[in-house]
Amino acid sequence: MSTPTSGGASWLARVLWRSTSGRMGVILLGIFVVLAVFSPILRPYGLDERVGGVYDPPSLAHPLGLDDGGIDMLSLLMEGGRMSLTVGFAAALVAMVIGGGIGIAAGYFGGWVDTVLMRITDYFLVIPSLPLAIVIAAVWGPSLSHLIVVIALLLWTSTARLIRAEVRSVRERVYVARARALGAGHGRIILRHVLPQIGPLLVANTVLSVASAIFDESALAFLGLGDPTAITWGKIIELAFLRTAVTAGAWWAVVPAGLCVAMVIVACFWIGQAVEDALNPRLAVAHLSPRTFAVRTITGRVSPSDKGAS
Amino acid sequence: MLKRLVFAVATVFVATTLNFFLFRVLPGDAIRNLARVPHASPQLQAELRKQFGLDKSPWEQYLLYLRQLLHGNLGISFADQKPVIDNVMQALVNTLPMVLVGTVLAIVIGIATGVIAAWWRGSWKGSVGTSTAIFFYAVPTQWLALVLLIAFAGVLPSHGMSDPYLLDDSWTAHTLDVGRHMLLPSLTLALTLYGEYALITRSAMLETLGEDYVLTARAKGLRPRVIVRRHALRNAMLPVTTLIALSLGYLVAGAILIETVFSWPGIGFAAYQAVIQRDYPMLQGTFLVLTVSVIFFNLLADLLYAWLDPRISE
Repeated sequence: MSTPTSGGASWLARVLWRSTSGRMGVILLGIFVVLAVFSPILRPYGLDERVGGVYDPPSLAHPLGLDDGGIDMLSLLMEGGRMSLTVGFAAALVAMVIGGGIGIAAGYFGGWVDTVLMRITDYFLVIPSLPLAIVIAAVWGPSLSHLIVVIALLLWTSTARLIRAEVRSVRERVYVARARALGAGHGRIILRHVLPQIGPLLVANTVLSVASAIFDESALAFLGLGDPTAITWGKIIELAFLRTAVTAGAWWAVVPAGLCVAMVIVACFWIGQAVEDALNPRLAVAHLSPRTFAVRTITGRVSPSDKGAS
Repeated sequence: MLKRLVFAVATVFVATTLNFFLFRVLPGDAIRNLARVPHASPQLQAELRKQFGLDKSPWEQYLLYLRQLLHGNLGISFADQKPVIDNVMQALVNTLPMVLVGTVLAIVIGIATGVIAAWWRGSWKGSVGTSTAIFFYAVPTQWLALVLLIAFAGVLPSHGMSDPYLLDDSWTAHTLDVGRHMLLPSLTLALTLYGEYALITRSAMLETLGEDYVLTARAKGLRPRVIVRRHALRNAMLPVTTLIALSLGYLVAGAILIETVFSWPGIGFAAYQAVIQRDYPMLQGTFLVLTVSVIFFNLLADLLYAWLDPRISE
């Protein structure tokens, strides 16, 4: 198979690395992932090691201060990152499998399969996600695996819609028709011809889902619906709220965790945008500078044909 | 149009059904969860089972639930023994002004930032506008609320809707007091919302600027400022308007986090307290109201779009 116009892992890597936002996103997310993976080795203090007084302010030994139990905030933050990213990636993967599967089935088979699946998706899309998550989590009881499933249940709908639209267009392409004429079965066509084409879109969407999942986790944890034993960024914010960090003026117990969430979300957003821009060349043409009305060359925008990206 | 209305009604029906089954059929029925409360004796459990009507078959329960719903009966709150419908309505009345002020603020800041970011695209001014918008879009709502709370500690009231010890009971004093309490929650709401509006406005602006009629306007020799204001902005407002209408429904739900931080006695705070107190009838009631409001605003967005852009309706 020759290099596809848009698709495949190498294309994705090229798009991400050539655009500025894609590169920044990958680096930022990479830093967080590395810190999360190695946090048990890297963190300076134990997670229940009392090293000072209640809400001690930041110092040289403890750059982010201490929490209400005299525990080092930096260590807690690293552990929080590990758990938050775990929940984020796990929920996004579950959502990718559900949403991708439904999207492919609906888009590829069309007809009544499409009608039924999309009607279900529409209903899920309309029901407000946070209240639904609250209700499910409250009825189901809090645990990490429940949390992952609940968040995934909220995320899959947009993936399904997006993938369905893309599969419908891929299905009509000549090489798919040719493969079908040569007697390829549904399974083979989907795996060998459709999946590689929608791959980058699915990956980009999953990266955006990671951001939403971390956001949702922090919201659910804040409402007391997270896993009571796991430390996540959402949990850190919740505990700071419940244990009156605000009245103690202990900003160091609140601010860093929220900034971490924001940074991970921005990183995911940049990656998603880089892929989206590359997949939608129409935006590249339409972009004019309104002040001068000159056609600007868009830095970092990659098309498969251009070799020398600026 | 009729199709959309039918879909909305059908969705409300699905939501109510979901609302029913979530609470009664999921593993670990409501009573078993309730029994985690200390001192729940077997008698109490049996009593509650009867009160819930859980001794009947699921189908009978479902029909009973639908009939009660049609009569506006959402059950009795566990927490204060008042009808859920009254509690929910009072909470909704409290939520609306706070959400309204926040939304208007978000729309104004959002559209202004979006236009500025599009106008200064490629210069540092545009980047600052876009980056700030992305930042506020990415920040957790409850976190922003807490940070504002720390920043304005002692300057503005931190919780509740009014000062219970207010001596002056005139109408103006009361309104001013509520307004002061409303400032922080509304500001939080505005800041978490405006980012999305700004990003949408910016991309809509950039897209319209690529259209042919903008080129025509340019060929006529109009100044860029006039083109942006009279030609581009008006058309860019089309997707922005519907997206704002669409987000209004989710807004009520988004108020959960803000109302919790500021103890604002609205629908979101009611939902939070229902979770904390395991007040299932109340939780069910708030979920229903939140869902119906989202469906309603979705319908509104659809109708609004069809009205603003006649090309859409076939």
